[in-house]
Amino acid sequence: MRASRHLHHVYGWLLLTPAAILLLSFTHYPTVATIWQSFFSTGTALRPSSFVGLDNYRFMLEDEIFWKVVGNNLLFAAGTIPASIALALLMAVWVNGRLPGRALVRMAYFTPTVLPMIAVANIWLFFYTPEIGLLDQILRAFDLPTRNWLGDPDTVLWCIVVLAVWKEAGFFMIFYLAALQALPPELEEAARLEGASRAYYFRRVVFPLLMPTTLFVLVNAVINSFKLVDQLFILTKGGPDNASSLLLYYIYEVAFSFFDDSYAATLTVVLLAALALISLGQFLFLDRRIHYR
Amino acid sequence: MSGHGRRIDPWRAVETGAAWLLALLWLAPLLYAFWAAFHPPEYATRFVLTAPLTLDNFREAWSQAPFARYFLNTFLLVTSILAAQFLLCTLAGYAFARFAFRGRDLAFALVLVQLMIMPEVLIVENYRTMSRLGLVDTIAGIGLPYMASAFGIFLLRQTFKTIPKELEEAARVEGCSMLQILWKVYVPLARPTYVAYGLVSVSYHWNNFLWPLVITNSVETRPLTVGLAIFGAPESGVDWSVITAGTLLAVAPLLVAFLLFQRQFVQSFMYAGIK
Repeated sequence: MRASRHLHHVYGWLLLTPAAILLLSFTHYPTVATIWQSFFSTGTALRPSSFVGLDNYRFMLEDEIFWKVVGNNLLFAAGTIPASIALALLMAVWVNGRLPGRALVRMAYFTPTVLPMIAVANIWLFFYTPEIGLLDQILRAFDLPTRNWLGDPDTVLWCIVVLAVWKEAGFFMIFYLAALQALPPELEEAARLEGASRAYYFRRVVFPLLMPTTLFVLVNAVINSFKLVDQLFILTKGGPDNASSLLLYYIYEVAFSFFDDSYAATLTVVLLAALALISLGQFLFLDRRIHYR
Repeated sequence: MSGHGRRIDPWRAVETGAAWLLALLWLAPLLYAFWAAFHPPEYATRFVLTAPLTLDNFREAWSQAPFARYFLNTFLLVTSILAAQFLLCTLAGYAFARFAFRGRDLAFALVLVQLMIMPEVLIVENYRTMSRLGLVDTIAGIGLPYMASAFGIFLLRQTFKTIPKELEEAARVEGCSMLQILWKVYVPLARPTYVAYGLVSVSYHWNNFLWPLVITNSVETRPLTVGLAIFGAPESGVDWSVITAGTLLAVAPLLVAFLLFQRQFVQSFMYAGIK
């Protein structure tokens, strides 16, 4: 008996080992190494890397571009998250109801999810192109002023936001759809017998019951707002004048265009801290309400 | 409302119209891509119904960039990641579901860290690791950080936990070893999870861009997304119609698979998200 229990430990660890080695090498080690690296200078051929304490962080706090991209990232999150969640819910309610051509509509909403961001950015580039682009063509047809959507610091970030909402809403829709389908049909029956309007039923019965789904989608949306940067490579390269740059894109630029590894590590620490905060928030507020089966 | 038969509800009609309009809006980019790709360049931005159809743009795109090689790279990448994920996540998921080994809860918490800190965030440090290992610009280098997937381990653990222990006991009585039990009892019963996870993984890695961009620098390793980004860059001087044709080429396999197995795709994403 004792031998078999002992084997249990050994087997457990043996089964876990291959995955554990990879996770340690490409998630845990780099996380720690990034933090460590942020306290060192970037080594060059002439001057090897040396300990500089908080110098990188001091430099970051004085870096205007850093504050610019953090601000952009917050605006990007504020623009995409509520819009994509609201649209997702609306889509789910429509597709779940008795809509003619329901399967086709659902497919249309979901299609952006399976397409690569790089590919769709190529297509969207045409919409935003000045003069010959679709947006400008439509505006001209109505005699409205046209503009260089991606070249103007005032509009460029919102162009990115619209694209992100388009890409994400259909993905979030399916979680609402699953939740709606799980609601007992008696609920709607009871509400109708009580004479509740559809709007009232939705607001007071359906929406509160969808709360766990909304929170789940919210966490995903927040994480995505730090992760979605592929479109920038095609549409703007972060420009004009960093007006559309986001934190992860800036990290990429610092590391692979300016070759400043230590500063890139320092910026990554900020990103890691943001993600840690999100998971802490999720742990403290959400896990109590979402029950995993 | 439904009880009263065919009375037309004006509000419903408005809703239906809005739902269809939104669907059209959502499909518009793809519809435009088809328009531009199948018509001569002079019609790329002019929408005339009499515009002649052509396949020249596809021919042009195919000859201007090594798409065949990109396809091969993406195929190798996606299949090797999927095979490794299935193997590693099955073993680890089984360990977490059925073995009460010391330090299990802590180990599980450490695995879940990857749900938050995805490999994309750690590009700087992972690039250094890959260059130390000599894996820069290799397909293995693109795939390695994703092979042990916390998401896959979590999904399979949840599934394995729902499988009755009695089945395992029965197999053991018949003399099956631990790995035989895993292979003959657990894996077949978890089939829906493998299908769902597989579809999500394949679409993710078919579409993934940032890390492959960082770690590759030659035609021999670049996946489709990276190749497409280079092909579509304004500096390349390729015109609209050809770019959209190239774009459609790159997304075609996934798009066709999605249209054919639409239900399965939607359900897989749903299933994977809810667990």
